[in-house]
Amino acid sequence: MVLKPSGSEVVLTSVFAALADPTRRAILARLKDGDATVAELAAPFSMSQPAVSKHLKVLEQAGLISRSQRATARLSHLEAGPLREAVGWLMDYRAYWAESFDRLDDLLDDLKEQS
Amino acid sequence: MKIVAEPGVPQVLIVREFNAPRELLFRAYTEPELVKRWLGPADLELVVNQLDPRHGGRWRWTHYDGDGKGYVFHGLYHGEPTPERIVQTYEFDQAPGTVYLNLITFDEADGVTTLTQNTVFFAVEDRDLYVAGGMERGIRASMQKLDDLVTELAEEAH
Repeated sequence: MVLKPSGSEVVLTSVFAALADPTRRAILARLKDGDATVAELAAPFSMSQPAVSKHLKVLEQAGLISRSQRATARLSHLEAGPLREAVGWLMDYRAYWAESFDRLDDLLDDLKEQS
Repeated sequence: MKIVAEPGVPQVLIVREFNAPRELLFRAYTEPELVKRWLGPADLELVVNQLDPRHGGRWRWTHYDGDGKGYVFHGLYHGEPTPERIVQTYEFDQAPGTVYLNLITFDEADGVTTLTQNTVFFAVEDRDLYVAGGMERGIRASMQKLDDLVTELAEEAH
């Protein structure tokens, strides 16, 4: 495991804080299918548009989404970069231990046969 | 394998079950020639430089990548390591003073051992820096992995 030079770790903390909320994760999952207005994002939830707007603000500050104006509606757009980094964070750490423990399974089988 | 890394908490928890008695897991953790057979990803070679599993004993190992570059980790055992629990400090050679603490417990029931690895850092930043390190191995996430992440985080939230 290699230590990464400074830079991304502060961003990662805010990304993970943003991802901690199930509503915000659902919003991100919805935005994978394309940009959406606040009204469209609020529809699946029993939640007011201002409440959804608050979640969008957290996601925007973490860099996970960007927002643009189209006619009278404000569109939210998924920003893949920080999310990729967060996914990479978890995936590599998971991979390190998942790979190690899979190898440990094999070793334990060998040891069981010997004993 | 379950992995929990909550936002704002300087801790990572991993839980994994093994179909083996804990005495064998203890051997796999404390005998150098066994440790090198499983610890670390398959594409890195592990050299165990020192491993002295007793209270105050030292451990030191090096992961070598394909270019021969070595990454050294070292620390101490605290308390007598047993098949029930191992407590050790960790330090990456290139970041002296950024120490973290590892508690590994082995709980056996009906021939299945549940391993819990509880890693505690000084600060959330230290944790994120440590675990972000693996990113340099160059895995680029696809959007498929986003699906996995969202699913995984949702599961862990329950």
